[in-house]
This record gives sequence, structure tokens and C-alpha cells, in this order.
Amino acid sequence: MKDTDIKRLLYTHLLCIFSIILSVFIPSLFLENFSILETHLTWLCICSGFVTAVNLVLYLAVKPNTSSKRSSLSHKVTRFLKCCIYFLMSCFSFHVIFVLYGAPLIELALETFLFAVILSTFTTVPCLCLLGPNLKAWLRVFSRNGVSSIWENSLQMTTISSFVGAWLGALPIPLDWERPWQVWPISCTLGATFGYVAGLVISPLWIYWNRKQLTYKNN
Amino acid sequence: MPYTTYLVEKGASHSFVAEAKPPTVTMPRIKALMTGSLPGFVDVVRNLNSPALLEDSVIRQAKTAGKRIIFYGDETWVKLFPKHFVEYDGTTSFFVSDYTEVDNNVTRHLDKVLKRGDWDMLILHYLGLDHIGHISGPNSPLIGHKLSEMDSVLMKIHTSLQSKERETPLPNLLVLCGDHGMSETGSHGASSMEEVNTPLILISSAFERKPGDIRHPKHVQQTDVAATLAIALGLPIPKDSVGSLLFPVVEGRPMREQLRFLHLNTVQLSKLLQENVPSYEKDPGFEQFKMSERLHGNWIRLYLEEKHSEVLFNLGSKVLRQYLAALKTLSLSLSTQVAQYDMYSMMVGTVVVLEVLTLLLLSVPQALHRKAELEVPLSSPGFSLLFYLVILVLSAVHVIVCTSAESSCYFCGLSWLAAGGVMVLASALLCVVVSVLTNMLVGGNASRKNPVHPSSRWSELDLLILLGTAGHVLSLGASSFVEEEHQTWYFLVNTLCLALSQETYRNCFLGDDSEPPCGLRVEQGLDGATAAWQDGPACDALERDKGHRSPSASQGLRGHEKWMVLASPWLILACCRLLRSLNQTGVQWAHRPDLGHWLTSSDHKAELSVLAAISLLVVFVLVQRGCSSVSKAALALGLLGVYCYRAAIGSVRFPWRPDSKDISKGIIEARFVYVFVLGILFTGTKDLLKSQVIATDFQLKTVGLWEIHSGLVLLAALLFRPHNLPVLAFSLLIQTLMTKFIWKPLRHDAAEITVMHYWFGQAFFYFQGNSNNIATVDISAGFVGLDTYVEIPAVLLTAFGTYAGPVLWASHLVHFLSSETRSSSALSHACFCYALICSIPVSTYIVLVTSLRYHLFIWSVFSPKLLYEGMHLLITAAVCVFFTAMDQTRLTQS
Repeated sequence: MKDTDIKRLLYTHLLCIFSIILSVFIPSLFLENFSILETHLTWLCICSGFVTAVNLVLYLAVKPNTSSKRSSLSHKVTRFLKCCIYFLMSCFSFHVIFVLYGAPLIELALETFLFAVILSTFTTVPCLCLLGPNLKAWLRVFSRNGVSSIWENSLQMTTISSFVGAWLGALPIPLDWERPWQVWPISCTLGATFGYVAGLVISPLWIYWNRKQLTYKNN
Repeated sequence: MPYTTYLVEKGASHSFVAEAKPPTVTMPRIKALMTGSLPGFVDVVRNLNSPALLEDSVIRQAKTAGKRIIFYGDETWVKLFPKHFVEYDGTTSFFVSDYTEVDNNVTRHLDKVLKRGDWDMLILHYLGLDHIGHISGPNSPLIGHKLSEMDSVLMKIHTSLQSKERETPLPNLLVLCGDHGMSETGSHGASSMEEVNTPLILISSAFERKPGDIRHPKHVQQTDVAATLAIALGLPIPKDSVGSLLFPVVEGRPMREQLRFLHLNTVQLSKLLQENVPSYEKDPGFEQFKMSERLHGNWIRLYLEEKHSEVLFNLGSKVLRQYLAALKTLSLSLSTQVAQYDMYSMMVGTVVVLEVLTLLLLSVPQALHRKAELEVPLSSPGFSLLFYLVILVLSAVHVIVCTSAESSCYFCGLSWLAAGGVMVLASALLCVVVSVLTNMLVGGNASRKNPVHPSSRWSELDLLILLGTAGHVLSLGASSFVEEEHQTWYFLVNTLCLALSQETYRNCFLGDDSEPPCGLRVEQGLDGATAAWQDGPACDALERDKGHRSPSASQGLRGHEKWMVLASPWLILACCRLLRSLNQTGVQWAHRPDLGHWLTSSDHKAELSVLAAISLLVVFVLVQRGCSSVSKAALALGLLGVYCYRAAIGSVRFPWRPDSKDISKGIIEARFVYVFVLGILFTGTKDLLKSQVIATDFQLKTVGLWEIHSGLVLLAALLFRPHNLPVLAFSLLIQTLMTKFIWKPLRHDAAEITVMHYWFGQAFFYFQGNSNNIATVDISAGFVGLDTYVEIPAVLLTAFGTYAGPVLWASHLVHFLSSETRSSSALSHACFCYALICSIPVSTYIVLVTSLRYHLFIWSVFSPKLLYEGMHLLITAAVCVFFTAMDQTRLTQS
């Protein structure tokens, strides 16, 4: 049971990584002068769209959370709307946090907001797919020892590694190397992306190594 | 400046761009101009109180040659060259807000002196432009007026010199130069292009040029001025000068004289090289010098034989080129050579610092876990043997190094008693470290047999504190991170706030149903009961609530207080963001517009007044809670006095006197405030002493500590510039919020609270507008309420004004820990943590700077930071002494 679960987890994660790689290469076929650093905002939009799409498709295809009951169409629609509102709220709250961290308030507001969008894509969208718009479940997952399946465990790891990546991405900004990627918010978005990818890679491996020690309440 | 521009472009002049070496502060720059040597960073500290210059200088040479020198302007000159001027009038430069009087004081002598003509040298130092820069920056409208005033002064001097020249055979020389530039913010001291580049214009009828002769200003060194002046005046070049003659100046002279001047200069430089470098014969500059001397000899022989001029000229220009190349190499190798390091003294200092740090680090487990007093084991015979051995080895090394060293060495220059004392200290520390280490190894073996140590897990907060400290220490190795250290601290404090907010969320939401996680943890085999500190805050808080407090106390967290607990990290974050935009510091983003500049510009005086008044009101409301009624009144009057002082010196205004022109120095108002500061501090000390005599009167001690804290707050309010008063208000607000809603409900460990206080203190150091750059020190704080410059109070006040943030947070820490009675050893524990957390960056930084001493930015970035760190260490030592005193009173009580 467990090994198949871990395998499924690994494949879904590989798909997510593949989508990020695609978002780097596919647009250069259609758009001229596309590069991550120069047309950073376009890449941010495209990457965010790709990752969201892949997450949604995976959610519909794999349905790891089997406990959710079949329900009416209206219920589904309200659930979907709720998810959208949550996503927007997370974008805005991330934006506020970035400004509190010292991002300029007025200039570069679009850049800051797109950074908030991509960080929400890496963190909030998987949470919404897996847990739904349910704050209690979120709190449970992100408190110590609150996870109840390997999906939630890997979710916890990818989210935290995305945050840590974005946090570490801010470190090179004050250095005087004058590289193009040191401009706000490029280093942070790249850091978040690398953190997300690292989380995607590490979590199945970590779960595989520690599969003996891991015991979940519900399983 | 139309007249000067005319002179530069068309007149009989040579103009240069002289590069000043950092530190671009007045006193070292005057030294560089007059001695031609490169003063170091220690001179910055002496800038305030400049002792007489002992080195050789142009002024001294002129004095011995019997020249009559007259000086008007900055008082620093008079202090540097006492008894050198036949007539002088020094102007003190410490009242930066005045920019007309200082210059009129110079100009008023001018007509008389120019008419008299009984002098050989006239030195004028105008201060007004610098002062305008300090007050309102380089874009101020005042600058234009000041420049045209200076232009008219220059015209006056030049025309009078020209009219005089008809009577005397020798031409006059008028030198116009700046000691340093002005940065984007109007300050100076660092090494940006704007501060380092200064104009240098030499005007003399000897530099007559044909029409159409365009002379482009060349880039030269500021130290070249001394050599050029000495040669122009026919004086010996100052002994320690590393500058080379500005060749265009002598270009009009006959070939023989040109060569003679260059020879003089190279001989002086090569002598200096011989003194400083043991292997001077291998230096390329010296070889070139020898070669050009030979060629010069040939040329003289030819000249005396008077062969035809073509050959003579060709050979002459060859010798000239050779000399100039030799000068350039010599000057270059000297300016790099002069910065040699006294490695032996540096090593001794580093070893002592590292030994202390190791001792502190080794006693971490002892001090933190067993919560015992720090005991220093000594006196076993083996160690005393080791002690004597180490002393013997060290003194042998000392003798060998000092007898063999050619260059001067500070440590060898000390008296034998002092050097012996340092060696005894070093070896004693080494022995203590070794004995602690052996004790630990033995004790480790013992404890491994019976594992008493609880396997305490680290919370995220501890992890963040550890990683943050490590990251900060590592970041000190990069020059950009040193320049932008404020970013590091803001980043860390913000992350700390987020971590705290996460902790509050977990505490509040999961605290309700915290049975499942606790149960799970027990399932995982962790023993929750023995967790001494920070083991799952949610469970811990619950357990402690059950154990120590009545159930009603845990009920207190419900309701609106719970929401305050949740919101307070975000409030603190918002406060930090506001403060951050108040003062832009650092290097890369220092030019960005900030609120501080907006407030200090003269158009927004009303806003500034309102803001200052509100901040003072907030300060009063927040501080008066813990005071006794007498000090409450004193505090109110004192804060009122602060506002009156600022109104008197003209930075804020009263609503009923919108445009008062009478600006005084505010001596009376400031002294009025000082009386209250001393009064509050005195009542505080009195309460403390009383609480010691009447034991068990715990309340009195807390009040006394709070009164000392509020006295310091009042002093800071007086010393802070008015646009920085919100920093003080926000600091108190954050302290109140943290105390009420975070530290008390979440029951943090004393070590964590100490580290948080330290972090916030560092962040507030930068919120005040400080940076790791000498230019940002607010010297005006040292002259509040003083008529003239008095050294000791000025230095103390400046130090307090600069380090007000860390000091206020430390004093709050003392008060907070002694008002919380939960643990008896919390204070000594905190003192230990404070000393440790401050000494780790300093000692690592000393090692880093020693290894980076050939870094390109060693003088411009790393050395000022070292000065700041040294000062910070002194402040920390004072704070730790205060801690220990408090702890002693507690010990005598119990």
C-alpha cells in the first residue's frame, strides 16, 4: 500500500517539476526575446499558470483525498469560488508581508504582487487542492506532528521549502555584484522556485527513507 | 562661481582634481594636506579633540624658515599647529547649524590683512559650505549663495595679490582647495566618489598661458599638495610626505630648475622608503631613482660643458621622464608600504579575545542548563605549572619579537609592567580554558553513564535565533553586508516577528485542543515532563498553566486579549516598516528619499513640530506607568523641556510663535532637562539602594529600575534629533507590546528574551539613522547644553546618543527580567547570554579583519566597522556591569 503511494507521490512531483521546466522552454518557441531574467514578469505569469494547471489536473486525476464525499454541483461551485477567494487573499497577504519586509510600497508594486502570486502558487494552490478551503485542516497540517498521510507530509515539506527558498533568495540583494538577477524580486522568485523544486524532489525521497518510522493516525 | 570659472578656464592657473583618501574628515585631511602623509582611522576619533601635530609639515618648515604665517578659520588648525601662527583667529566648528557667522569671522579680517602685507603665508579655512551640507544637503538653495560669496572672496584676494605683485619680484601663489567633498546626503567621512574628489586650483601669475591653451584638470592625490607647496616656497619637503610634485606647476621654469625640484622630491621619497622598507634596494621605484640620478649627473656635465642645446634638451626631457616615472612608482609603493601592520600586537590582542570567547562558549552548557553560577575552576598544581610555563614562553617570544623587529610595534612600546600584565592575563585565560575543557570531558564521561540530560527539542524560535546569529556573523566577512548591515538586522527582526506570530497562532488556536499533539508526542516517545525549556510551546504553556498558575490566569488569555496577542506581531512589523522608511542608511540605497529628509527640510517645520510633540506625548504615556509620582512629574517637565530646547534652537516651533527668528543654543533649556534626567536617575538609584536595605521589598526595586530606564529615555529624547523622536516612541511602544502580549503570555526563556532584546536593540541602532560609516555619527548630540567643547561630557553624550537603541533595550531587559519573579537566576543567566551574543560577532570580526587586512575596502568599509564594534563592546561591558550589580543586589536579598 505504502510503496505504491510513494510511487504515485513521486510521479506527481516529477510532473510538477516538468511543468516548471516546460514553462522555461515552451514560451521561447512562441515569444521572441523571451528569457527568464529580461522578461521576468511574463515568465512569472506563465510559470504560475502552468503549475496551477498541473496541480489542478493532478488533483482531478489522482484524488489523493478520498474521504471527500460526492456532492452537488452548487456545492462544488461554491467550493471552487471559495478556493479562488482564498488564493487571492493569500496573494494579498503575501504582498503585505513583502512590503513589511521592506519591499518598496509604490514603485515596483506589480513585480511585488507577481512575486506574491507565484509564492501563493507554490504554497497555497497545493494546499487548496489537497485540503480544500478548510482553515482547521491547514492549521492541523502545519502544526507539529499534525500530518495524517504522506500527501500532507510532502505538502508540508514543499511549502516550507518554498518559503525558505524565497527567504534565502533575499540574501544576495545587498551584495554589490551588480548582476541582473539581484534586482528585486528576481532573486526571491528564483529562490522560491528552487525551494519548491527542491521540496518536490526531497519529500518523496525523505518519505521513502523514513517509511518505517512514519506512522499516521488515520492509516 | 563666475570668477573662479574664468580663472580655471582662461586665467593663469592650474587646476586638478585631488583625491582625498578616506576617512574624509577634516582633521586627517588637514594633516594630509600639510604633511603629505596618510593618516589612519584612529585620527577620526581624535578629530574631536585634535592634539598638536608632531610630524613634520609644511607649516613647521615655514616656521623654522622664519616665514610669518597668519591663519583664520577652523579651530582645528590652531590645535594642530599651536604657536606656529603669528596671528590667528580660530572658529569653532561644532555649532553646525551656523553657516554665516563662521565665515564672516574669517572674512572680516581679510581687508586689513591684505592691505598690510607683512606676512608670507595666509591660510583661510571657510566652514560655511560644509555646515550647509551637514544641515540641508548638497541640493540646498543656500549652497548657491554661499558659493557666490566664496567667489567674491576669491576675487578680492586675487585682485589684491595682483596689485601687490607689481612691487615684489616674486610671483604670489593662491591655492584653492577643499579638504573633503560632500556625499549625496550632505555628509562626509566615507569613500564615495563625491566625498573623495576635491578641487585643487593653483593660481599664480607664473602660470600665464597663451590663448587657446586648454588645460584639462588632471587627477592627482591630495598628499601631493604638501610637496608642491614646500617646493614652491623653497622649503624642505616634509619628512613623511608620500606625495609627488605636481609637475605642471614647475613646467614654466628652466630645465635645470625643473630637474632640481624633481631630484629633491625623489631624494626625499627614497629616504622615506629606506626608513620604512628593509629591502628598499629591490624596489622598482628605487632602481628608477638611481638610474635617473645617474642620467641627471650626465645632463649636468653636458650642461656645464655647454654643448649645443638640441642634445641638451633631448637628454633633459629624457631625464625628466625618468624622474617622473620614478616619482610615480616611489609614491605608489610608499602609499602601499605605509599601511603596514603591526602583526605581533594584533596577534596578542586576537589571542586574548579568542580565549575569552572560548571560555564563554565552553561555559554555555553549564550556565544554561544547570542554571548555576559560573564557577571558574583553578588552582590545581598541574595548571599552575602550565601557567608558569606559558608565561615563560610568552615572555621569551616577547623579547625575541621586540628585539628583532625593525618596524615600530605598539606592544613592544608598552612599558614592561603593562606588557607583563597582558601576558599574565593571556596565560591565565589559557589555563582556565584548558581546565574547563578537562572538567567538561571528565564531567561528560560521568554524565554519559547516567543520562540525566533531557533530550530537549528545539523550537523554531531557538533555531531561528541560532541561525540568525550565525548568519549575521558570517555576513560580516563581505564588505557589502557590512555596508548594508541594517538590512541584515531588519530582515532578522522581521523574521523574528513572523516566527513569533506563528507561535502565537499555534498557542491560541491549538491551545484550545492541545490534547492530540501532546498525546502524539508521548506516543513518539518523548518525555514531555522533563522538558525544562521550550518544548512545544502549546503543551508547555498548558502544563505550566496547570502547574503554576490558577485556572483563572489561563482564562485571561481569552477574549480581546487573545486578539491582541495575535495582532501584536503584526503591529510590531508595521512599526518596523514605518521606522525603516524614516532613515535610509547604508550605501547602496542611501540616496533614496526618506521621511527623515522630508521632515527636516525647512518647508515642513509644522509637520515636524506636530510629530515631535506627538512622539513626546506617546513617550510620556508609555513611560509614566511604572514611575512613582515624583518622577512622573519630573518626566513630564523634562519632556516639556525637550520640546522647548528644540524650539529654542529652531528645529521645531511653538504654535503661538510661528516664526521666531531668535535662535539660541538652547543652553538653559537643555540644562533644565539635564537636571530632571539626573533627578530621575537619582530617585531610581535611591529606590534600588533602599530595596537592598529593606529586603523583600520587591516592588521598590522594580520601580527603581523602571525609573532608571525612564531617565535614560528622557536623556535620549533630549539628544535625538527631532525627526528621530518617533524612533524613541516606537521603541517604547514595541517594548510595551512585547512585554504585555508576547513575552508574558508565551513565557519565553530568559535566554530567548535576551537575544530578542539584543536583536531589537541592534535594529534600533540602525533605525536611528546610524550605519557602519563614520559620517552618520551625530556629533551635535555631544554639544547639547554645552557652551564650549568639554571633552568628557561631549564624548559620553555622543556615545549615548549613538548607541541609545541598544542601551535602552538593555535597560528594559534588566527591568523586565527583575520584574518577572519566576526564576531566581534569570538575571545572571541573561547577563551571560548578553555578553555571549555581543562578543561572538566582535571576536569573529576581529579575526576576519585580521585575515582580510589586504582587502581593497579595508580602510573604507572594515575599519570604521571595527571602530563601531569596539565602541559597542565598551557599551556592552557597561551594560553587563549594570546587570551584575543588579544580580548582586538580588543575591544579598536572598
